[in-house]
Amino acid sequence: MPNSAWKKYVLAFVITAAIFVTALYISNQISAARVNEIAATQDKISLDIAASETQFALLGERSCESVGESTLSDEMGSLAAKLSYTEGRLGSDNPEVLQQKKYYSLLEVKDFLLSKKMTEKCGWKPVTILYFYSNDGDCPDCANEGYVLTHLRQLYPQVRVYSFDYNLDFSIIDTMRTMYHIKGPLPALVINDAKATYGFQDEDTLINSSPQLKALAKAAAAAAKNATTTPTR
Amino acid sequence: MMDLLNNFVYIPLFISLYFEVFLLITFFEGKRTIKTEEARSSREVPSVTLIVPCWNEETTVAHTLDSILALDYPKDKLTVVAVNDGSTDGTANVLQDYAERFGITVYTKENGGKHTALNLGISRAQSEIVGCLDADSTVAPNALREIIKYFDDPEAMAVTPSIQAWQPRTLLQRIQEAEYDMSIFLQKTLSMLGALTVTPGPFSFFRTRVFKELGPYRHAHSTEDMEYAMRMQKARYKIVNAHTAYVYTNTPKTFKGLYRQRRRWTYGFLANARDYRELFFKPRYGHAGVLTMPFRFFTVFSALILVSIIITNAIHSVLIKLSQWSAINYHNLFLSKSFDFFYVNPSTVVILEILTLMFAFILIVGGKNLAKKQLFSKDIIYFCLFYGLLAPFWLGGAVWNFMRAKNVAWR
Repeated sequence: MPNSAWKKYVLAFVITAAIFVTALYISNQISAARVNEIAATQDKISLDIAASETQFALLGERSCESVGESTLSDEMGSLAAKLSYTEGRLGSDNPEVLQQKKYYSLLEVKDFLLSKKMTEKCGWKPVTILYFYSNDGDCPDCANEGYVLTHLRQLYPQVRVYSFDYNLDFSIIDTMRTMYHIKGPLPALVINDAKATYGFQDEDTLINSSPQLKALAKAAAAAAKNATTTPTR
Repeated sequence: MMDLLNNFVYIPLFISLYFEVFLLITFFEGKRTIKTEEARSSREVPSVTLIVPCWNEETTVAHTLDSILALDYPKDKLTVVAVNDGSTDGTANVLQDYAERFGITVYTKENGGKHTALNLGISRAQSEIVGCLDADSTVAPNALREIIKYFDDPEAMAVTPSIQAWQPRTLLQRIQEAEYDMSIFLQKTLSMLGALTVTPGPFSFFRTRVFKELGPYRHAHSTEDMEYAMRMQKARYKIVNAHTAYVYTNTPKTFKGLYRQRRRWTYGFLANARDYRELFFKPRYGHAGVLTMPFRFFTVFSALILVSIIITNAIHSVLIKLSQWSAINYHNLFLSKSFDFFYVNPSTVVILEILTLMFAFILIVGGKNLAKKQLFSKDIIYFCLFYGLLAPFWLGGAVWNFMRAKNVAWR
């Protein structure tokens, strides 16, 4: 074959490689934009928490009406899903992802403390679940447990789930682990400050094991029944 | 394991994209030549023998012969030969009728396969040029003149036509229509490279001396048209494509028919490629050796690998979903979720797959442009949506047969 023919092989290779690099670049840019979006949401939540804390400090019990019960929790839930999705795409060892996870854990603890305060002062009755998981491959059931908790939160807005990566190298998580004596096999759950339970629990088992969750489920079932009953005159 | 599999996707994607890019560069380089070719008409009017091998073709052969008789070519220069290859239906009567009414030559022999019918016709041909037309195809009136003008080049030893699907009606036939149109583009571009590895049964023509020099057709795993082109490439005989010589071929209506046809073609290619493996990666055999043969061989396997990965991923996703459903004790799995643009986040593989499909789209439109057809039609969409789901069946079937046959041969 003449030399010009080989040049075409090289040119085609260069163009194909350029297409590959462009595709990689676009995909990375989109992922970076998503991480930025998460960071922006975290900043906003952080501001909201700080505002709530300040409002609470200023007004005491009088702030109960103005600090919403579910708004923050909803945002935290959607953020958790996005963070988990991004972690799946970029890998759990991605430095950006790790940074955002630490930030998220910090916000969770702040929200958890605020929620506790509200429970005391305003008479809220949320069900708080602390969920310790690992995605280092040593907890095959963690993905499903996480799915059960997401499902519960969707079913019952009163459920506030705080998930912590057990292996994340972050002092706040270490403190939480020590406070709640988390030692056993993962997943580990702490419902309303009760004793930690270990190992996978499906949705029904989880509901039945906690009186608060059971009460929520009962109330939701009753509400659903009333909603479908034709009112009588 | 899944990650490893998913990373493996990049290799077939790169090679597919590379081949598409290579073809597009070639096409745009030679675009001006195509215009010149289209404007040119034949300087010579050589004598031609057109052979129609028939085996139980009573329903289609009359249509084929009618289109041959309507060819715009001097009658004293064209000999039409129908070879009845031991038909057991009414083919003999139809051929006899055409012999009496239109003076076509009919040879009758015991059934021995298409290649034997062709060889009989070729051995008795007295003309400069010899070609064949399958009895399930028809030709445009100017097709032969369009073919013949390429023989003005003394180096051209064979000329292939532009094959289109005949009156596609069903979804399956529309998918094949787009595939044939893409093939028009591929054939033309490979012709520019001198890298054609098939001289299709419908309306390919040869200088008669080629058969004297390279020998007659062989059974060649029921794909004698591929084997002969490979034999010519090995001998460095020039094969060119006449993209304006339109031939219309009947396409299978059912999946079973399509599966059997394509499995035969794919198996035939694999088996012939194995017989001509010395062509692979040898620059002395030109682009046919370096590009076409390895790429076509690789495509069969890479398509299967891609599909296997997609199926494995799909099964994996379904298993995860089932496991999640079991974790929530089979309660309502799909709670309403509002759409969030956040989750529209195409991975590199998805972007590359879309690009590969877009390039395929360009090749189909390019083929339609060469065939002077409407550029954008629904068949392209059908092709993009369904071809990838259908092809693995016959590719898998062909590879399975190929592997088994290889094992037997080795004993």
